[in-house]
Amino acid sequence: MLLEVRDLHVEFHTREGVAKAVNGVNYSVAEGETLAVLGESGSGKSVTAQAVMGILDMPPGKIGGGEILFKGRDLLKMKKDERRKIRGQEMAMIFQDALSSLNPVLSVGEQLGEMFVVHRGMSHKDAKLKAVELMDRVRIPAAKERVGNYPHQFSGGMRQRIMIAMAMALEPSLIIADEPTTALDVTVQAQVMDLLAELQRELNMGLILITHDLGVVADVADKIAVMYAGRIVESAPVHEIYRAPAHPYTKGLLRSIPRLDQKGRELYAIKGLPPNLLHIPPGCAFNPRCPMAQEICRGEVPPLFEVAEHRESACYFWKETLDAR
Amino acid sequence: MHADHSGREEAREEGEKARAPLATSRAGSAAAGGEPILEVRDLVKHYPLTQGIVIKKQIGTVKAVDGVSFDLAAGETLGIVGESGCGKSTVAKMLVHLEQPTAGAIKYKGEDITRLSGRALKAVRRNIQMVFQDPYTSLNPRMTVGDIIGEPYEIHPEVAPKGERRRKVQDLLDVVGLNPEYINRYPHQFSGGQRQRIGIARGLALNPEIIVADEPVSALDVSVQAQVVNLLDRLQAEFGLAYVFIAHDLSIVRHISDRVGVMYLGRIVEIGSDEQIYEHPTHPYTQALLSAVPVPDPAAREHRERIILHGDVPSPANPPSGCRFRTRCWKAQERCELEVPLLAVPAVFRLTESPAGHDSACHFAEEKQVVPPEGLLEMPGETAGETETEAEGGPSQDVDGENGPAPSGSTRAG
Amino acid sequence: MDLALEEGTTLERTPGGPEGTGPAEKPHSLWSDAWRDLRRNPVFLISSLVILFLVIISIWPSLIADQDPLNCNLGKAQEGSQPGHPFGFDGQGCDVYTRTVYGARNSVTVGVCATLGVTLLGGVLGGLAGFFGGWWDSVLSRITDVFFGIPVVLGGLVFLSVVVSSTVWPVIGFIVLLGWPQVARIARGSVITAKQNDYVQAARALGASNTRMMLRHVAPNAVAPVIVVATIALGTYISLEATLSFLGVGLKPPAVSWGIDISAASQYIRNAPHMLLWPAGALAVTVLAFIMLGDAVRDALDPKLR
Repeated sequence: MLLEVRDLHVEFHTREGVAKAVNGVNYSVAEGETLAVLGESGSGKSVTAQAVMGILDMPPGKIGGGEILFKGRDLLKMKKDERRKIRGQEMAMIFQDALSSLNPVLSVGEQLGEMFVVHRGMSHKDAKLKAVELMDRVRIPAAKERVGNYPHQFSGGMRQRIMIAMAMALEPSLIIADEPTTALDVTVQAQVMDLLAELQRELNMGLILITHDLGVVADVADKIAVMYAGRIVESAPVHEIYRAPAHPYTKGLLRSIPRLDQKGRELYAIKGLPPNLLHIPPGCAFNPRCPMAQEICRGEVPPLFEVAEHRESACYFWKETLDAR
Repeated sequence: MHADHSGREEAREEGEKARAPLATSRAGSAAAGGEPILEVRDLVKHYPLTQGIVIKKQIGTVKAVDGVSFDLAAGETLGIVGESGCGKSTVAKMLVHLEQPTAGAIKYKGEDITRLSGRALKAVRRNIQMVFQDPYTSLNPRMTVGDIIGEPYEIHPEVAPKGERRRKVQDLLDVVGLNPEYINRYPHQFSGGQRQRIGIARGLALNPEIIVADEPVSALDVSVQAQVVNLLDRLQAEFGLAYVFIAHDLSIVRHISDRVGVMYLGRIVEIGSDEQIYEHPTHPYTQALLSAVPVPDPAAREHRERIILHGDVPSPANPPSGCRFRTRCWKAQERCELEVPLLAVPAVFRLTESPAGHDSACHFAEEKQVVPPEGLLEMPGETAGETETEAEGGPSQDVDGENGPAPSGSTRAG
Repeated sequence: MDLALEEGTTLERTPGGPEGTGPAEKPHSLWSDAWRDLRRNPVFLISSLVILFLVIISIWPSLIADQDPLNCNLGKAQEGSQPGHPFGFDGQGCDVYTRTVYGARNSVTVGVCATLGVTLLGGVLGGLAGFFGGWWDSVLSRITDVFFGIPVVLGGLVFLSVVVSSTVWPVIGFIVLLGWPQVARIARGSVITAKQNDYVQAARALGASNTRMMLRHVAPNAVAPVIVVATIALGTYISLEATLSFLGVGLKPPAVSWGIDISAASQYIRNAPHMLLWPAGALAVTVLAFIMLGDAVRDALDPKLR
């Protein structure tokens, strides 16, 4: 297994109290596999990724426990510079907002080339050639002419391609993409998603795709982990989760999005609000919003039940949820 | 659902009356079934690009909106979709008089409101209100919820006497599904969805006829989006509101709209009823846009043809000549470069009864079904057994028996 | 990085409880939040205690000093500490303790009045420029640029040397004249930021007048940075007054000022360092107190923390 996150806990110390952002997350990604982590804001999906990357702001963040095994070694037990070497070379990250993730005073070529100068000890001249090659690879037209341009001279879609180029530069074995297409228009979104999927196949990388968009995930993911209030509530291969969700939250989400091929009728809406991480409801965190909630849901946090092979659901009533479709 | 809104009972009935005929009307240009309450004609907004600090020199023009026309009937919802930079938000701002158009007319009940000012403008503003995109910047953090929703009454004191305002504000909170006791709280004590409800309550305060909603749910979490969309639906039925609903999310627009206009680089490229646009699009841009929408169903991968556009939207400071979409269009020919296509029913469809016969600004308009017909894709929570077999037919097969497909063959002379 | 922030802020956004099920909490505005923060901040507590003390003794100096600062006895010049005269005597034989206490009044007066003047003038001019924009904004921006080019001390030497008055008003006038562009620039910037918020647009869409938008929506959201700058500036104005008085163009005898006393004492620094120590110490503590207060206020009002 390329990456295994085991029982990860992350909390934030705010002035109002301790916010439990991640409460025992387990997931794994193999080489060449795409895992989609799905959740709303505050579900802990980004925080988990930041913990894996080692870019969590500490303080206020604090890793409360767990292991992050990358190629069998626990990242949390590594020395700082050892970890820094892995970051960038072995794993890379793509952010939502490419404009603020790129340095505005350096040309795109310099930023791409820097990776090779720093990590591969190339000369600046060779690094520039490499930069052009990378830009070609992510299909930026006229790469040779544009290598000296600055980030603001590119459109949003092109900037996101540059971010992808930068992440791919050293051919890492794991890429974490945090809402990589959320800021883009639909037509550009499709281009960027396709590019990402293609490069991932080519380089046989593991890809963790963090998103709130059920649609984006459907086209590229192999398996999906749905997060709610810092826990994984359901994980499954992509086909099955859409066909037959085994957790009421996933089911509610799927039903609440309007469909392109359907008109009218009242949308199904999950009642209430995502929980406040300072006061996560006892038992199953989803119970106040859940149509199936019973006494047992308010008592104990449900464990992950095995629904089928490679399928888990953290719902006492997963069977009923599956059947009642 | 909520307490008494008997005072608004009348408005609701009116709204439903106005809404009913629209569902069946042939929506293209002017909506049948009554006078439109809003007519937009050749609306243009150009922003000068300037250089220099004290003495400004114009070095160019950003053509944000360049000739947009549409009608809005009472009680209907017109969706406007397009990618960022297409000018849809500028149109919204001009409708509520936050931007002054460079040219063109916006007629409210027959009267051009673009040049109004002072008292007359204030009177019109009462009837056209706006809901903003960002629930975090659209509420003044220094004011309580009561002050925010009550402000319309302070600006228009004739709407509600002082003594009644507090009760009215509480009623509004109730109507949008918030606890009326929250009246003394501040915006930062609410979540995004709740804040958007407050913004909607403010928009409703003056009893407007038209609400212009600029991406009202795109900043919200998925599970909260549905709540707000349902709220907007309910309010429309309850108060007979007409919506101009601006969004980049085509699924939500389809859900809420009676008619839809697709914008590209400052112009409407295709406009028609919801069915016409989504099931019988004839403009290549609309087709590409629809095919790019990710559908939350991995099974759809095999059933959908994806049109992936190349390149980016050109700059509105220097739009392409002729058809503005031609630089990204796979059908583009010389004619597209020379001749601006008009927004009208394309000649091939003019004599047919087909739903493909709606306004489309393309020289080579042709129907292409990119969204699988309803029921082909599976929905969680619905019977899934039979869809398996049905899906094998593929999207090309016509399922919509009533109207029939309208390929080029149907242009026989009449 | 910003993602961590985003997640972080989400936590704070969520209110006490969904749809009324949460505990009934008292409504609190951003100002009362800021006040709550300030009350817990030791920097604020210490600096405001010092400032309170300064204000009290500048209004009623006789509370702690029962002598007359102008009643001097040349015979005792430069003498050190003795009973009834804890800080000793200065070069003219005046009581250093009494003069240090009385000096506070002029320093505080100059600081407070100059700050008020600068804030009002700069705030109004800058705020209007930011709100309305256009040619007035361009002209104002150029004017502020010109003022930034004037060296303050040199300007003071030229401007104030022609004035013959022992009151504080010429000094205050001078500081206001040179100080307002700084505040105008801040006010302009924060008004422009506040103006772009959708709630201002929303008010406009409702038909609100310019005055209403300015007073109700823009001003309350734009004052925080101005308040912060003004508080910090207050300290620097006090030290500017002392500097000008030291150079002989600020306050002039018989006015009592720390600057004058420091200037006079600097000649005797070897024989009688106590003459310099006390007024200089008082000045340093005062300036520090105001700057610390400004810092504390900024921390409390910083929108990034809310």
